[in-house]
Order: sequence, then C-alpha cells, then structure tokens
Amino acid sequence: MTDTTREITLTVNGTERTFDIEPQTLLVHALRDELGYTGSKVGCESSLCGACTIHVDGRAVKSCTLLAVRYDGAEITTVEGLADGEDLHPLQQAFQEEHGLQCGYCTPGMMLTALSLLEDNPDPTRSEIRDALKGNVCRCTGYHNIVDAVERAGELMAAGEPELSGAD
Amino acid sequence: MSEQESVTDRVFGSSVERREDRSILTGVAEYTDEKLPDAAHVAILRSQYAHATLESVDVDQAENRDDVVAVFTGADVEESGIPNDIPTAWSLPGLVTPQYRIIATDKVRHTGDAIAAVVAEDRYAAHNALGDIDVTYDRLDAVTEPDEAVDSDVTVHEEAPDNVAFDFTIGDADAVSEAFSAADHVTSVDLEQPRIIPNAVEPRAAAADYDPDSDDLTVWMTSQNPHLHRMLMSTATLGHPEHKLRIVAPEVGGGFGSKIYHYPDEAITAWCAKQLGRAVTWQATRREGYITDCHGRDHVTEAQLAVDTDGSIRGLRVETHAGLGAHLSQFATATPSYLYATILSSEYDIPAIHCRVIGAFTNTTPVDAYRGAGRAEGIYVTERIVDAAASELGMDPAEIRRTNLISPDEFPFETSVAMVYDSGEYETAMDRALELVEYDELRDRQRELRDDDRYLGIGIANFVESAGLSPSKAAGELGAAAGGWEAGVVRFHPSGTVTVACGTADQGQGHRTTFAQVAAEELGVPLEDVDVVEGDTDAVPQGMGTYGSRSGPVGGGAIATSARKVVEKAKRIAAHSLEASVDDVEFDDGEFSVVGAPDRSVTIQEVALEAYLGHDIPGDAEPGLEATSYYDPENFTFPFGTHVAVVEVDPETGEVDLQTYVAVDDCGEQINPMIVEGQVHGGIAQGVGAALYEGAVYDDTGTLVTGSMNEYALPRAHQLPDYETDSTVTPSPHNPIGVKGVGESATIAAAPAVVNAVVDALEPFDVDHLDMPLSNERVWRAIDAATEGDS
Repeated sequence: MTDTTREITLTVNGTERTFDIEPQTLLVHALRDELGYTGSKVGCESSLCGACTIHVDGRAVKSCTLLAVRYDGAEITTVEGLADGEDLHPLQQAFQEEHGLQCGYCTPGMMLTALSLLEDNPDPTRSEIRDALKGNVCRCTGYHNIVDAVERAGELMAAGEPELSGAD
Repeated sequence: MSEQESVTDRVFGSSVERREDRSILTGVAEYTDEKLPDAAHVAILRSQYAHATLESVDVDQAENRDDVVAVFTGADVEESGIPNDIPTAWSLPGLVTPQYRIIATDKVRHTGDAIAAVVAEDRYAAHNALGDIDVTYDRLDAVTEPDEAVDSDVTVHEEAPDNVAFDFTIGDADAVSEAFSAADHVTSVDLEQPRIIPNAVEPRAAAADYDPDSDDLTVWMTSQNPHLHRMLMSTATLGHPEHKLRIVAPEVGGGFGSKIYHYPDEAITAWCAKQLGRAVTWQATRREGYITDCHGRDHVTEAQLAVDTDGSIRGLRVETHAGLGAHLSQFATATPSYLYATILSSEYDIPAIHCRVIGAFTNTTPVDAYRGAGRAEGIYVTERIVDAAASELGMDPAEIRRTNLISPDEFPFETSVAMVYDSGEYETAMDRALELVEYDELRDRQRELRDDDRYLGIGIANFVESAGLSPSKAAGELGAAAGGWEAGVVRFHPSGTVTVACGTADQGQGHRTTFAQVAAEELGVPLEDVDVVEGDTDAVPQGMGTYGSRSGPVGGGAIATSARKVVEKAKRIAAHSLEASVDDVEFDDGEFSVVGAPDRSVTIQEVALEAYLGHDIPGDAEPGLEATSYYDPENFTFPFGTHVAVVEVDPETGEVDLQTYVAVDDCGEQINPMIVEGQVHGGIAQGVGAALYEGAVYDDTGTLVTGSMNEYALPRAHQLPDYETDSTVTPSPHNPIGVKGVGESATIAAAPAVVNAVVDALEPFDVDHLDMPLSNERVWRAIDAATEGDS
C-alpha cells in the first residue's frame, strides 16, 4: 500500500465491505479484484459496451469509468445479488427460458440494465425495451431473445414479488 | 410406439434449456481473467506507428519502477532461443511466409505489433509502466488497401517486394471466356467488402502458470481451439514440450473467429511466466483488441456475370484483392482462397466460374476468418451480381434466382469450383421465405409507395455454406497444415452415468447442452446422466476446435460415432449376459433385448457395470465401456437457405430503416431448435451490422480511425428488428447425425440481403450498387448524386 491509498466502505449485495484502494482504481476493478465480485465484466473501459453495468444506490450505472473512491458508502447490487439463495430472480429465469444469452459476457450488465427499466416501467413495449438496452452490446444473440426475456421477466415480476437483496 | 411418439420423445431435436446458463446468470461462471486472481499482470506496448524501423527500445525507467517485476523486449525473446515464429496453417503455391515474431525486433508493420511487455504487481502498475518505455522509431510510409499495396512503393516485408503473398486462381478460364462470348448479356459489379472488427464482448485474455520443477506450463486462454493453440505454442512459438503444456479455454465470451488464432499475446504471457517462474495474467483492453484481434473480410473485387436474356447464368468471373494485414495469421491464406472461391456458385448451376485472388500484405491488423469466413465474401459477390443482372434484364430478383437453382434431383452436385454439394431443397426454402415475407404483396406495396415518394426495398439472398472444415485428406491436398477431423470420447462410468469429451471449444454455442443431447439419444440414457467436457487439453485427448460451423456436424459426428461404438461393444456384452447370439439382440432406448423375447433384456447401465466388473464378459472382450473416435468427414456439409430483408430508405436523410427480416435456414437435422434459432438470430445481427453500420477505416498513415466502440458502430438493440425465422430440414446424407451446421449461415446471408434491399429501394434513383456499410451519408450521397440534375 502507498500513501495515496484510501479506505472506503461499500455495501455490496447487502454485505458491508471496508477495504483499501488506490484513488485510480475503477469501481469495476474494486469489485472484481479487491472484493471478488467477478460477475461484473470489463468489455471496453469506456462505458460503451455495458458489460460492467451494476446498480449504485438503486440506479443502473456503468462501473468501468467510475473511480471507486467516489463511491464510499454506496449501496451496490451486482449480478451476484440477483438470485435469492437457490431461487433465480425473474430476470435470470426469463433469460434462461427465452435463450436470452449465449456466451454470457454481456448478460450480467444486460440484466441489471433491464432491472432498472422494469423497476421504472413494469410493462414496457418491445420498442421501449430496445431503447433501454441500447447502451449494452450483445454480439451473440442479435437481441431478439433478450427483448423476449425482458418482456417475460416483466410478466414474472408482475406475477410475483420482485424481491431483490441489496436493492431498495 | 408410433412414429409420432418416437419423434416427440427424442431428446435429439428437442429445445431443452441450456445447462450452461445458470452459472452465467448468477455471475459465478469463470472466464479467463478470473482464473489467476493473484497473478502478476502483463501489459504490452504496441507500436505508435503502422510502419517503422525500431532504432532503440529503452526499458530502464520502466524497469526501475517499484511495482514492476520485469520488462521484456523482442531482443530478450530472441535471446531465449525459442522458435518465435507464428505460422500460417494453410500453404498456397508460391506463398511468401515471413517470420512473425511474438515481439518485434527491428521493424514494426502495424500498430498492433508488440514492442515490449511489462510484468507488474497489478494491472494498473503494468499499464502505467508502458509510458516509461522509450522507443525511437524511424518512421516509414504505410500502405493500407490491398489493391493499392500491389503497386505501392511501400514494402511491408522484404520477402515480398510487391506485397503479394499469393496469387491464387481456380476454375476453367477458357470455359469462362467461351461462356462470356456466347452470353446475351454481361453484368459487371465492382465492390468492396470492408474490414469487420469481430468485437467478441470478452476481450482476448491469457493467464499462465509455470512449475519449473515439473516443467508443467498451464495456459488458460480465450481459445476456440485449445489443442491447436497447444500445438502451435509448442512447435512454433514457445518450443515448450507439447505433453508439458496444458491449454484450458474456460468460459469464453464470444469469438466469431477472432479466438481461433495464435496471437503473440498468449505466447508472451506464457513466456513471461516461464522466465519469471510465477503466475502472470493478461487481458487486452478494447482498444488493444481493435488493433490486434484479427479483422475479417477486406476484399476489393471486380466481378462479371455472363447471362442470357431469360436469366440463365452461363458464367462468372471474379478477381479479388484480399488484404491480409501485416502478418499471415493461420487461416489468412485459406479464407480468401479456398473458402471464398469455392462457394461462388451459391445455390446456382453456373457452368463456368473462374476466380483469381491476390493476397496482399498491408500495414494493418492481420486479417483472418471472421464468422462466415470466405463463404460470406463469396456469397456476397454472387448474390449482389445476380441482383444486378436481374435489374439490368428487367427480371424480378426472385425469378432470376429460381431460373438458376440447382434442383433436388441433381445432388450430389459438383460445382465448377470444385465443391460437391451434399443435398439441398433450395426452391422449397426460397418459396417458404417469399411466402413468409408476403413477397408479391410487398412488390405491390413498393409500387404504391413510390408514387408517394417513399422508397421500400426488398432484398433476397440465397446462400450455400460449406461447413465443417473438412475431410483431412482433401484439406491436406489443398495445403492445410492441420486435419479436418474431430475427436469425441464417450465413457460410461460403472454406475451408468456418462462423460462425453470433445475437441471442440464453446464460446457461447451451448455445446455442453447439445452434445449431451446427441449422446443421450444414441445411448438411450437420461440427459442429466450425461456430462460434457470441452476446452481442456488435459481432459480431451485431441481436438481441432470450433470454427467453420463445424462443432455440430464434426464434433457431433465424433460423439455419435463413439456412442455407436460403445453400443456395439455393450451389445456383445449384453448378448453374452442374455445367452443369445449378438445378431439376435436389438437395442432400443437404452435397453438390449432378445428379438422375439422382449422379457429377456438388460439396460445399457447394467451392461456398463458388468463391463467394469469384468466378471462375466465375452472371452475376447476387454473390460470397460468407452470409445474414442477421430471422426473425419467424407465431405463438407452444405447448409443453405433464403433470407429476405425489407427496408425503407428516407431520401431526405439517407437513413435505412430495416423493417422486416425473414430467414429460412436449412442446417439439416437440428439437435436443439432453440439453439439453432439463437445462432440464426446472432448471425443476422452480425450480417446486418456489416451491411449498415460496421466497417473499419484506416487513414493513410495506417492508423485505425475506427479504433474504439465510439467510432466503430456495432449494431445495438434499438437498431435491429425482431426476426422472423423458419427452417426446412434436409439432412446431410453423409453426416452420422444428418447435421449440417448453423453457426455462420445467417451472417453469410444477411449482408447481401440487406444491401440488395437498399439497392432495390434506390432503383428509382438509378443506383446500381453501393458498398457496405450503407451509412446514412453514403446512401444520401448516392441519392443526392442521382437527383442533382433535378434540383
């Protein structure tokens, strides 16, 4: 550790973690390299692909261009926080049912972006879904089944309780 | 059991959910960058210039940083005495093969060339130290376009003063000349197929661990073919003994061709691990990926079609300059030659075809196979020129295609460019696509809309794909330095469960699901009792990997072949147990029974236990129940189909609105229709991306202008429509499971379908061709040029 090291606290998926980081460390690397939440991916280091999308204080953000030190005290949800124990979140269930993933590298970010959409707009049109996902690149699926999955997740969430550990 | 029931009960052909998904969806799946979390990090210094002599590389300041472990240059690599030469995997007559070092020594030839590698305690330290390396360059002029390269004063490699790596021809030039003399009409199209940057969302990565005591070197990496990487690293770059080298492809985040090749980066990473005796890891940044991941396409082509007024095609002549980039990647030679020229017949009976391809070195990122490789470029040429011919002859584009289709009774059909198509019902698929898109109604609507100055376009593309890569002997005769087989292992465990291993490697295709379906069907065991192992050279005996739409037909073929060997052996053991002659024992749905005495039966799981006990097996049989096959296909397989795109072009802005996309694909038998459809969807998106948005651009200095996702336009969710897909099923007659492969089909079809649609929309403006990508600006300029006189 150097004299520039700072101590910060993040609450990740409901668990409070206090740790030292360098001021230049990006939030996604803090989560991946320091805390082991490797579900959030790094695809472009420029906020353009969306693979690093997480929720910070209930809002979907791209974590590859944010400095971790700026988020001391933040509540964070990553893909690891979506499922409730063994029970998949409706989004995870829908992505599985609708074949909304292939290589899966974009999938965590895609689901967290979709979660924000569905929290704001529980019954979006396909066009609204496509607009909401335009910051997340998927090179495998051609998006069609992802749109199906988000539609389906909206139905599942409306039918059940969309409990999400770490959020709210 | 009725035929109906037997079909619905089959696990082969059923859209079972993917077993890969849960670990991905919960975020626990491990990709390469997650494999060695405590390793030191490698960062690689790339060249500042596309073409320069290296005067000096001073690493002292970088090396003196506290957090830097070591800095290595090309000279350090040379001094270590490793073979240090990334090879091409396909030779052509007269091919020039300059050395391709993993770190440059005296000269850099594109901006992705490595100049030095830093190993540091963390990823930030490694990248920060790159700025402390002082390189003195003597800058040289650069050449970036393949057609200009052959006449350029710039020489990329001294071994090829004219930058020509190869000059390839195929077909009967005299027959083509005769066809052109005899034909009523000749249609010409000059076209360019821009470079595509593959953009797998997971950047390439490698992590290496070395044990000096045992000499065991393990490399986890983003690989589509771990055994090929092992062989190449062992023999061509590192010189590490093949039996002491383990390559593991863990979860891999997309490939599309870009993760086939042996790049300098994994060799550098593994070499650093050996030099330092400690674990190291590397992952490309996206910008690094843009200048180092092999690009696709880069063709400049002149094509002519000889055709009669009734639409009958007599001949096709094609001359292409293909950019190879600064170095020869493994399939850089095969892709624009054999994979391209041999598919130019598309679905048509074209009596004479001649094709010449000049492969040129340029100061650009190496070009190699990208989804559809060669076939995409070839089908694009044919489907564009057939459309252009229809327009010139005043024929409907569907009719000119129908006129020339190879009919079902002509199979096996030998084309005039050396392919023997296995099977096809081309007109059935085409009719289905036209029916789905409501073609006749669309043509009426197009006429109506034009009266309102609205420009609808309908684009058809038929395609044939040569899939599988291929029979080993044929490939060898044509220059391949690798076989075309695939290895598949089927192993019963004593308790009756099964492990399948295959030499392919998944990057999102769902092999663990589909291969389990193949084995479960063949063996008659529950799907959940079959596990599939892939992507680890220690766990799979040998393998060729995943590319060329080969995993289904060739990997699946290998697994089915092994499963059938297992059933054959089990049958002998079962006959022994049942005290019956082998000929009197039949096998159905996991059970052996005596013909005519169905009560006398034994399950394959019971036979497996007996095989491992070895207590009561035939005297000439070994214990155990497993089989390994090196399935070598007797031919390529030939998926086909028809895609139709419907666009509306806004003449004020040049914007192309892709409104409808219909795809009818025939990939033979479908192991899992859900996965097949997913492959088609993704393939369409990549073809549409090429047609409308993508395309890499270099400036004259060899700098990649489209060097990030900011400048290079990847198709996004709001830019693509829902797709309407359907399929016909024409099994491959020579494949063990009737499968033809589907990975690349839709990418091949989508680009010409969309371009044909846009050109069709612009017919009132007398636009006869536009090159991809059909950006708003390019379309608007074409309309503007056509209407200049009107304003």
